[in-house]
Amino acid sequence: MPQNEIEIRGLRKSFGDNEVLRGIDLEVARGEVVCVIGPSGSGKSTLLRCVNLLEEPSAGQVFVGGTEVTDLDVDIDAVRRRIGMVFQQFNLFPHITVTENLVLPQRRVLRRDKAKAAAVARENLDRVGLAEKADAYPAQLSGGQQQRVAIARALAMGPEVMLFDEPTSALDPELVGDVLAVMRVLAGEGMTMMVVTHEMSFAREVADRVVFMDGGVIVEQGPAAQVVGAPREERTRNFLNRILDPAAEARPTSHLPPEDDG
Amino acid sequence: MTSRLTRRQRRRVSQGIQYAVFVGVLVTIGVLADWDRLQNQFAQTDLIGKLFPDIITIALRNTVVYTLSGFAFGLVLGLVVALMRLSSVAPYRWVAGIYIELFRGLPALLIFIFVGVAVPLAFPGTEIPGGTYGKVALGLGLVAAAYMAETIRAGIQAVPKGQMEAARSLGFSHARAMVSVIIPQAFRIVIPPLTNELVLLFKDSSLVLFLGVTLEERELTKYGRDLASQSANSTPILVAGLCYLMVTVPLSFVVRRLEARADRAR
Repeated sequence: MPQNEIEIRGLRKSFGDNEVLRGIDLEVARGEVVCVIGPSGSGKSTLLRCVNLLEEPSAGQVFVGGTEVTDLDVDIDAVRRRIGMVFQQFNLFPHITVTENLVLPQRRVLRRDKAKAAAVARENLDRVGLAEKADAYPAQLSGGQQQRVAIARALAMGPEVMLFDEPTSALDPELVGDVLAVMRVLAGEGMTMMVVTHEMSFAREVADRVVFMDGGVIVEQGPAAQVVGAPREERTRNFLNRILDPAAEARPTSHLPPEDDG
Repeated sequence: MTSRLTRRQRRRVSQGIQYAVFVGVLVTIGVLADWDRLQNQFAQTDLIGKLFPDIITIALRNTVVYTLSGFAFGLVLGLVVALMRLSSVAPYRWVAGIYIELFRGLPALLIFIFVGVAVPLAFPGTEIPGGTYGKVALGLGLVAAAYMAETIRAGIQAVPKGQMEAARSLGFSHARAMVSVIIPQAFRIVIPPLTNELVLLFKDSSLVLFLGVTLEERELTKYGRDLASQSANSTPILVAGLCYLMVTVPLSFVVRRLEARADRAR
């Protein structure tokens, strides 16, 4: 029986002939915050989406809280209730208000009564600092506010694990901070989190462990200070150089093979 | 000589000719038309008086009832066909595809004759529930469902993929996500085209003419035709036409408003 909150064994995923994940083994302990970084197309979002089965793995196993997600006989809806997911594009339900976005899933999925669902909604909106936007529609909010509502919506379901898929990538730079602040508090409260991100300062400060992926495999992982601060692998160093100081590139690089860089 | 004209002059000449032709045609019609005869045939005032209130309380009312019952039936059936068209089970998709092609490819009149004549002949003793109203709802609804199914399918597919993913990752089953999240958004998208369909149905309800109806069941077209032949005068047809326009023109206006609003929201 796996002791970890998330356990991934020999995970492979192909889209047609394109093998996006080529054998991933990864554990996330209860209460641990793991940031997954890597160039676009490295398979990090696909990895995250395999954890709650938004993508069906081609091979391998995924366990969440001891339940095998990849088991064909598992009640996937029941497993997903324990996994909160936050998307790059927020994906709030645009036709209902902020409060209704939080209430609807509690009522329909958890069968909570109206009063209880409303109370939980209020509590979680308060948690992300948006209590005063309770009656607004998603389109009336800024991107940062929408993302915080999306986090509150996931939290209202009482998840054991939170997955973040590039939660700040679609935001204007000045709105990123509010979202990261909410995530930082959540990490401090002991939530188990798996975060795909390009925010290196967040990874360095909040992550217990950073995983660097490239070409569908985990190239390097370890404490944030080591992977981001003193990477051992050439590919990690190249990626970090590009991301931390994009203007430093002397001439356009072909990114493949990575040895050509710099 | 034309080459001597400035651009402004040339534009003025061109516009002048177009207006002259327009006025000329109007004057010709005005002079040639037999106005007394026209008024006598199409706008006989005492005959207009006799049409009311029945043309409103019976004919227009029936037209509205037929249209709404056909629309309601078509909407439910159309939603089912649209969901079948999107099903992961291939036979459902085939059946829905065949249904849509069949009923869009046949004249509505043929469907009406089928429902009104062929079915009672083929299955004697079976009654379509609701009498004439049931038959009309069935005939209009079967045709409307085929068009609405395609509209609704497009609406469902226009809802971003992330909406389903968000709902599923919150623990919604696929069916529950459809009902609670996707379909409500799809309907917002398809309200303008569905209103358009309502206008089309409103006019198609005139096909009831071919079903054989009692006096109390007559709708606008049948009523207008009956009274026109009774009185050997075309005025009832004109009045019936105006009754259609009273409904279709405002509805079309609403559709344009809705479409404009949807465009702005995008």
